[in-house]
Amino acid sequence: MDLAIPDMALVVLIGASGSGKSTFARKHFAPTQVLSSDFFRGLVADDENDQTASADAFDALHYVAGKRLRAGRVTVVDATNVQREVRAQLVKLAREHHVLPVAIVLDLPESVCVERNAARPDRDFGAHVVRRHRTLLRKSLSGLAREGFRRLHVLRGQSEVDEARIVIEPLRTDLRGETGPFDVIGDVHGCRDGRKVTVAHGLGESLAQLEAETPEFRAAVRDFCDGLLAHYVLDGGRLVVAHAGLPERYHGRASGAVRSFALYGDTTGETDEYGLPVRYPWATEYRGAAMVLYGHTPTPEAEWVNNTMCLDTGVVFGGKLTALRYPERAVVSVPARKVWYEPARPLGAFTREPDSLELTDVLGRRVVETGYGEVSVRAEQAAAALEVMSRYAVDPRSLWYLPPTMTPPPTHRDGDLLEHPAEAFADYLDQGVREVLCEEKHMGSRAVVLARRDGTGVVHTRTGRAFFPSDDLLPRIADAVTAAGLWSELDTDWLLLDTEIMPWNVKAAELIKDQYAAVGAAAGSVLPAAVSALSAASARGVDVSDLLERTRGRADNAVAFRAAYRGYCGGPVRIAPFQVLASAAATYHTTPHLWHLSVADRLVEADPDLFAPTRRLAVDTADADSVAAGVAWWTELTSAGGEGMVVKPAANLLMRGKRPVQPGIKVRGPEYLRIIYGPDYRDEANLARLRERQLGHKRSLAQREYVLGLAGLDRLVRGEPLWRVHECVFAVLALESDPVDPRL
Amino acid sequence: MRDTRPVLLTLTTTRAPATDLGYLLFKHPDKAQRFDTAAGPAFVFYPRADEQECTAALLLEVDPVALSRAHRGQDTGLGHYVNDGPYAAGSLLAVALSRVFKTAMNGRCEARPELAASPIPLRVHVPSAPCKGKDLPERLFGPLGWQVDARTIPLDPAFPEWGDAPYVDLRLTGEIRLADALRQLYVLLPVLDDAKHYWVGADEVDKLLRAGGDWLAAHPERDLISARYLKHRGAYVRTALERLTELEGGEVREEPAENRPLAAVRRETVLGVLRELGARRVLDLGCGGGALLRELVAEPTVTEIVGTDVSPRALAGVARWLERLPERTRERIAVRQSSLTYGDPSLAGFDAAVLMEVVEHVDPPRLPALERVVFDVARPAHVLVTTPNIEHNVRFPGLTGLRHPDHRFEWTRAQFRAWADAVADHRGYTVAFRPVGPDDPEVGPPTQLAVFSRKEA
Repeated sequence: MDLAIPDMALVVLIGASGSGKSTFARKHFAPTQVLSSDFFRGLVADDENDQTASADAFDALHYVAGKRLRAGRVTVVDATNVQREVRAQLVKLAREHHVLPVAIVLDLPESVCVERNAARPDRDFGAHVVRRHRTLLRKSLSGLAREGFRRLHVLRGQSEVDEARIVIEPLRTDLRGETGPFDVIGDVHGCRDGRKVTVAHGLGESLAQLEAETPEFRAAVRDFCDGLLAHYVLDGGRLVVAHAGLPERYHGRASGAVRSFALYGDTTGETDEYGLPVRYPWATEYRGAAMVLYGHTPTPEAEWVNNTMCLDTGVVFGGKLTALRYPERAVVSVPARKVWYEPARPLGAFTREPDSLELTDVLGRRVVETGYGEVSVRAEQAAAALEVMSRYAVDPRSLWYLPPTMTPPPTHRDGDLLEHPAEAFADYLDQGVREVLCEEKHMGSRAVVLARRDGTGVVHTRTGRAFFPSDDLLPRIADAVTAAGLWSELDTDWLLLDTEIMPWNVKAAELIKDQYAAVGAAAGSVLPAAVSALSAASARGVDVSDLLERTRGRADNAVAFRAAYRGYCGGPVRIAPFQVLASAAATYHTTPHLWHLSVADRLVEADPDLFAPTRRLAVDTADADSVAAGVAWWTELTSAGGEGMVVKPAANLLMRGKRPVQPGIKVRGPEYLRIIYGPDYRDEANLARLRERQLGHKRSLAQREYVLGLAGLDRLVRGEPLWRVHECVFAVLALESDPVDPRL
Repeated sequence: MRDTRPVLLTLTTTRAPATDLGYLLFKHPDKAQRFDTAAGPAFVFYPRADEQECTAALLLEVDPVALSRAHRGQDTGLGHYVNDGPYAAGSLLAVALSRVFKTAMNGRCEARPELAASPIPLRVHVPSAPCKGKDLPERLFGPLGWQVDARTIPLDPAFPEWGDAPYVDLRLTGEIRLADALRQLYVLLPVLDDAKHYWVGADEVDKLLRAGGDWLAAHPERDLISARYLKHRGAYVRTALERLTELEGGEVREEPAENRPLAAVRRETVLGVLRELGARRVLDLGCGGGALLRELVAEPTVTEIVGTDVSPRALAGVARWLERLPERTRERIAVRQSSLTYGDPSLAGFDAAVLMEVVEHVDPPRLPALERVVFDVARPAHVLVTTPNIEHNVRFPGLTGLRHPDHRFEWTRAQFRAWADAVADHRGYTVAFRPVGPDDPEVGPPTQLAVFSRKEA
């Protein structure tokens, strides 16, 4: 006998002790699907037959069953379940999770049950227990269907039990096997004269019109309506179509609540100024993976809200008819020929709250699947980032990317240098990368620029703070992009650029003044005085020679220190773009760096006063001559006062197994490092200590932040909801909260 | 940074025979001596030592590792590493002074007792004394009889627009007992800096009184010196002031009642409104260190209190306080991290939410997000918002700019009303306004309060 069980069911086994429920469950279900009361008694009381532990055991059983049902897993409750109250709790549990409760009754003769119990040494209770179970079961049988079980199977006698076969039936809503393509049409009210299919507005008129039709037509309409379901799950679960929308916890589920939501939405009980029901904005909180398409409430424009779209654009009210082509996500609209029906609320009165974020989108421990490997964020990192993001960052709706940290090369061991290009080239060769591109490192402030064609946009720092280098920066960038012909070439009306904005003191004025300049000022005052006091003492014959020599050295270092930071201050605002992060049309992670720099070159050509070029040199890490040329180039750059260079894989994103190759290695010049490590860092004793610096964490951090950045851009360009993009941006900031030596 | 850096102080006398300075300081004029101090090695040597004039120099090579240990947990970013502290005199120099010239500071000198007891002509030079406040050197050293020459040092002569460095090239000239001079430098160099490098402990009060007992009590800047020396730690400051007042033979001053801190008046006003509204379940959004929470738990009619803040550090402080509460009290109160720009449905269903001095810490473009989070998602029956009234700022002497460096804006009364009216209108609330603190006829109260009430559906 086939026992049909709907997918996502809660299966309640019913039978007296000894009726063979556990054996039946074992035969037809996986061990993890079966929750047995005996097992839970054992868990809470170390004794499967301790009846005093039953209350706690069922508590725990219900808890676990709830977890399974929430995840949509078929769950079997293996207990006698002969009492009506016990079953009522299970039916309630199933309804709470919008799955169907199913009962399977094992109705076996008392003698069989008693005999089986007698054969088991751990069941020392008498035949009266089985008799009581049987009595309760007999009383229950006639009423079981009314208790709310959607399917009821009664197996009478051992032969029926033996012949039973479980058949899982998909729900009627489950069309996951249908993979499309689909055209989903928003609302068909009034799209053809006299063919109003839904009865939302003007029910009376519709019915009157139906009266005028032939009986055959009316019957066809009735059958069509009867066959309609409140929602469908399509394409492997990736697409859900519901009349009034559906939150994720209801997808593919069946209950009165699910049907009601799908038909009418979640009304708050309040009415708006037009007397229409106020609906809870479920879509703004929607975080599901499936695309949800719905209608019911007319909106002026079909817009994506968290991967959901309301396709009802009010054609019956004189708006337009909208359809969505799936999987292309292309929206097609046709204006209404006329106002078929006057709306109670003007179409334009509808205002949608912009995409918003919830605390649960970012807090707590998270694992972000980037498409380039998983990155986990610890709860305390997220907590730290929440403060920075909330208090200092620009609006997350235009904060699409935070640049990753960048690692220096393995520490140089010879001479008085801490960093040298040789280690960067060798490191890439080790990672299997031969073609690298050396790019001049500008000494300014890292800035991400979102430039829109209309001259608006956002400039922010690497921690997401707003950055206003100059008033006309964004319009000038837009003009330059126009002049370079890039809007049309890249088929976009915005560009997200990774840049360096100079001079350094535009953004870092406080840091420079409070720290670097103050160090220079104090040193400039005290060191000459100290040198002269020591010289005077020395002239008197006091032996202070070591101290004098040391102090003289420091006076020289202090002068060099001042010269180092001064070189990066002053002058007009200039911007050096070095990477096109994204456009409306695409991301460019796998486009070679030379292309990115060619875009930068065209901007420099368009507005040479604003844009600064980035010098570059291609190096083959396996070719000694080429490496030597790279080292010479770096030496030339840095001895002319340059900060240093960044070595990148020429091809851009390269994966090595599951992890990306380091996206860049910065090789900073010795004078720049003086600013970072202090005036006297090149003294032998100091260098020896500085060479102990640990890079492992920095390197790993750079990789993790890099893939998070890529994932955020991928999600952005795919048109994914704000919270999905923000998850990546936030995670970068969260990782940055780790204590890493900031001098690296 | 592990390199070491010098700090310099010189002491000169012209009292003949000037070389007696060596006796007073217990340091031989023809030798260079090294001492290990908590701040690093200190060297004493004499650039000049003859009959007419004698100069002792104290050169301290600060060990920045020791310094960064003292800074631990207080600083982040690069500033921590390239720190001007090591070059600056300040409290490190004070520490070295007390270590190297301990005996001289006590006024003991067996070899020249009468010299130690009498004022002598002295010149003090500190080439880079950290100084927060232009007239401070004169105010601190002038009343003690010093002729003060404090020259400002530009941050960088190449960038005159950057202004002055927070240092002065300090020269003091006077006729004063050497021991007094040393004690004054010991106390006042850190005060000039207002940034003692180490944590102030209760025993610092005793040190202050020992060093300053005989001249500090009568100093016109006594309060400032005590407050800055003890780094604004209220309890210690009061103790020290009370004891100084006793030394002076005066009464302990009490703050008059009408001069209560504005923060206390604000909390009292807010609590009064909550009582009027009959709020039993109350949210304190942006609870910070929990000052309002402490008063809310004392209200018997408030049955449930949830405090939120975006700062984990602030919450950790509140959590420590919570642990010490009696269990029955603790059951009524919970604190957790939340943000006013991220929706938090777990905050829904309360009678009232208080945003006390919070909105002005939010960037104006982010205010709509705050409005959604508070008025739509949490949607309590009442919302209380307090914020500074910028018009009143003219009544705070010496205040330039906004009241707090993190304030993103401060509103006039009209601006606050315009914002609150628009929010109420858009989110389905009514709003009423109240003053907090004395309502000045011209510029209004120091703090303004808006009480929003949800229109019932």
